[in-house]
Amino acid sequence: MCGIVGLHLRDPELHPCLGRLLTSMLAGVAERGPDSAGVAVYGDRRRCPEGYAAVSLLDAPPDLPVPGALVTEAGDTTVVAAPLPVEELLAAVTGARVVGAGTEVTIYKGTGRPLDLARTYDLADARGWQGLAHTRMATESQVTAEGCHPFSVGPDQCLVHNGSFANHASIRRELVAAGVAFDSENDSEVGARFVAARLAAGEDLDKALRALCERFDGFYTLLVTSADGFAVVRDAIACKPAVIAETPRWVAMASEFRALAELPGIDDARIWEPEPERVYAWQW
Amino acid sequence: MIDLARTPLRALNRELHAPAGDAYEVLNPRGAHAVAAGLCHAVAVEIRGHVGYYCAGMNQLARVTVHGNAGVGVAENMMSGLVRVRGDASQSAGATAHGGLLVVEGSASMRCGTSLKGADVVVGGDIGAMSAFMAQAGRIVACGDAAEALGDSIYEARVYVRGKVASLGADCVEKEVRDEHRAEVAALLAAAGFEHDPRDFRRYGSARRLYHFTRGNTY
Amino acid sequence: MTLRESATFDRPTIAAIQRAAETGVYDIRGWGAKRSVPHFDDLLFLGASLSRYPLEGYRERCGTDVVLGGRHATAPLHLDIPVTIAGMSFGSLSAQAKEALGRGASEMGTSTTTGDGGMTPEERGQSRTLVYQYLPSRYGMNRDHLHAADAIEVVLGQGAKPGGGGMLLGQKIGDRVAAMRTLPAGIDQRSACRHPDWTGPDDLAIKILELREITDWRPPVYVKIGATRAYYDVKLAVAAGADVVVVDGMQGGTAATQEVFIEHVGIPILAALPQAVQALRELGVHRTVQLVVSGGIRTGADVAKAMAMGADAVAIGTAALIALGDNAPRYAADYAALGSAAGFYDFQDGRDPAGITTQDPELAARLDPVEGGRRVANYLRVLTQEAQTLARACGKAHLRNLEPEDLVALTVEAAAMARVPLAGTTWIPGT
Ligand SMILES: Cc1cc2nc3c(=O)[nH]c(=O)nc-3n(C[C@H](O)[C@H](O)[C@H](O)COP(=O)(O)O)c2cc1C
Repeated sequence: MCGIVGLHLRDPELHPCLGRLLTSMLAGVAERGPDSAGVAVYGDRRRCPEGYAAVSLLDAPPDLPVPGALVTEAGDTTVVAAPLPVEELLAAVTGARVVGAGTEVTIYKGTGRPLDLARTYDLADARGWQGLAHTRMATESQVTAEGCHPFSVGPDQCLVHNGSFANHASIRRELVAAGVAFDSENDSEVGARFVAARLAAGEDLDKALRALCERFDGFYTLLVTSADGFAVVRDAIACKPAVIAETPRWVAMASEFRALAELPGIDDARIWEPEPERVYAWQW
Repeated sequence: MIDLARTPLRALNRELHAPAGDAYEVLNPRGAHAVAAGLCHAVAVEIRGHVGYYCAGMNQLARVTVHGNAGVGVAENMMSGLVRVRGDASQSAGATAHGGLLVVEGSASMRCGTSLKGADVVVGGDIGAMSAFMAQAGRIVACGDAAEALGDSIYEARVYVRGKVASLGADCVEKEVRDEHRAEVAALLAAAGFEHDPRDFRRYGSARRLYHFTRGNTY
Repeated sequence: MTLRESATFDRPTIAAIQRAAETGVYDIRGWGAKRSVPHFDDLLFLGASLSRYPLEGYRERCGTDVVLGGRHATAPLHLDIPVTIAGMSFGSLSAQAKEALGRGASEMGTSTTTGDGGMTPEERGQSRTLVYQYLPSRYGMNRDHLHAADAIEVVLGQGAKPGGGGMLLGQKIGDRVAAMRTLPAGIDQRSACRHPDWTGPDDLAIKILELREITDWRPPVYVKIGATRAYYDVKLAVAAGADVVVVDGMQGGTAATQEVFIEHVGIPILAALPQAVQALRELGVHRTVQLVVSGGIRTGADVAKAMAMGADAVAIGTAALIALGDNAPRYAADYAALGSAAGFYDFQDGRDPAGITTQDPELAARLDPVEGGRRVANYLRVLTQEAQTLARACGKAHLRNLEPEDLVALTVEAAAMARVPLAGTTWIPGT
């Protein structure tokens, strides 16, 4: 139960402002999820330079054996970037709790008030071309950094969820039987693992999310992002709110309009609410 | 004139509940919730910008205009008065409203007029899925299209749609449009300020097959 | 030859199968769960003796008052006794019954609650303190009534049917009830299981904000839930801004619900109460956000045990109707005519011989609201006296000072659910 925001910047002139815009969006959904907040930023070269890969870790041990690494500490999260392929970097940090990996995305999680966390993550100064954030009101699990969204379980992929799945335990069992490993008891992670498995099998976001609608029961508004996509979908009853706005310069979605209110050009944006079980995907 | 960038919501609503004036302008709502909720005097309130959930909730007598989009549940449980949204309305617009008129000049999203109990809702554009769900009384006029499951489990409310209806919900059927219905639509369009030909509207309502609980009931 | 009845296919089961085959519709009835579940009966108090000193039963003061709703509301409720009347709709009950409940509660300085059908002038007029329910159906929901209410109870569910809506059969949808609910008279009325304009705790927080804005933050806002995942639900109700949380156990009464729902969904109040208290304690709001529990409260012992386990007050439904005269043997012949019997009648149709759960004017006229009010007040008085008796025996000068440590359990199940030791041991299963 929570607040979701996501922003994809089409206009490179806006890339330096990503953090500022995302922070204002996060503020707009802070009350929906006062317990904790997670953020994903795509293309933040301060923390993951060109040609590097980055892993985002929770409670990282103090001396990770990664030579030449660029290390950023942000509260519970540590981002380690190095000029290595993603797999090698992941191998180098075995034992640490990985919450995200890729060549574009850096992920921050922590417990506490969303706007305090934004400061901890130094979100306002982040640059990049895409970002999303999630504020959480934990329903059936404890408030921990692990429980924060986004769930990022495939390279440069992120999923944030508002709602609650009704048959996630069964899907989890199926995925486990198929060899998928889980990090948490969270129902949203099941959605993320399901989508990741589909993407790994070569499907695009649209197809993967349509499969998710077929298979998952319960309530969800989902925002799913990847290195080349941004997608939104809601369940058949569409209880949980969502607003999408689009201009030639950006695409954005949020749980509530007030999170979009500060975006440049919002007055001329096309604004609409996603229809039930319809996948809205932007791919490039 | 009340600027929500400077005045807390609570102060705004308190003023509107015991109004010193009879016309107000509200600036910078920026998606705030419960703006002008629970009014009970015949004041005019012009809100300049987009509002969040439950704007003009339970409205009684007041005339509230939103110069922007409205969030979830605009004019929910309205008793009387007039609420006008110049832009689009989010889900559950006019939910359970008992009286008064809600006008949405743009489109209304899902569950428009859900459990409507006597108010009138006139929408310039489309209405979303599951609109008029369990609507008990009152009238809903959509000048555009209606999405899936229109009027599911509807009771005695009447729904008029000018465009296409994607599908009807359980127990909702198309009904004959007689002169009295065309007159009703004409009056509602006039009250809302839309210029359409009332003859272009089709009427939907309850088949009344779910009114009694029997083994034939399937949902 | 000895006849042997099947434990699996006992007589009620056989009758149910035959009834289903006959009619093709599931069974709908009132009352609460009829099966036996672990309950307060499985707990006992440890009275004082040498290690602790009792209070004098008839002379020494034992306070009973309680304040509900001071967390955010500017006008919290001050009740003289911690036993309140639960929400029961006008529609399921006659106007006379609603009025009688109001009279009885007011005489004893406690609150009554509206129900799924709006507020009647009789009940507002006769209730000193009236809690106004805000339900998914919003039948009769009205701004003026919201302002006339002393507290607002946002209903998410009932113990008898957590996750379910209502179904009031057509016999009870008389003209007045139909008009209040804006429905055609005589139809079988379904009410929704989810609120029409919000779902989930994040949106509930906004709904509560709206209700407070509408009422200028005066009346307390309660949130009522049917007991299932009580630990999480109570935490979320608090997060959403509730002043008071009401937890209704699976035994709780209902006007009309599917039998399968009543008997198979939810958990007993004995199991839910410690979860609710744990949630409040972990949030640091136990006693700041008050906890009201209901579902099968019958005696002062139940009241005292609920309070010892951490509730601030209790609510009664079925017991209050019985106090009014429901299921009284003097109507034996009438019950027989309905195919029921005194002690078995579960409000399943609208022809209640006692005139309580009916909209039939002649039957309803059998209940005199003044006499009914006197009976309800008497019953509330006895509940309070009984609870005080037990509290004094434990050495408490106020009911609120009862503690879980004053209790032991008779069965392993009750010990595990209530989280108190099995009698004579220090063993709390699961800890
Ligand atoms: C006849 C009857 C009608 C009821 N109507 C409502 C109602 O409208 N709203 C509600 O929240 N609960 C309703 N309830 C449930 C009560 O508020 C309460 O939760 C329950 O009766 C408590 O359990 P008890 O009956 O064992 O005391 C009703 C109960 C009964 C017996």
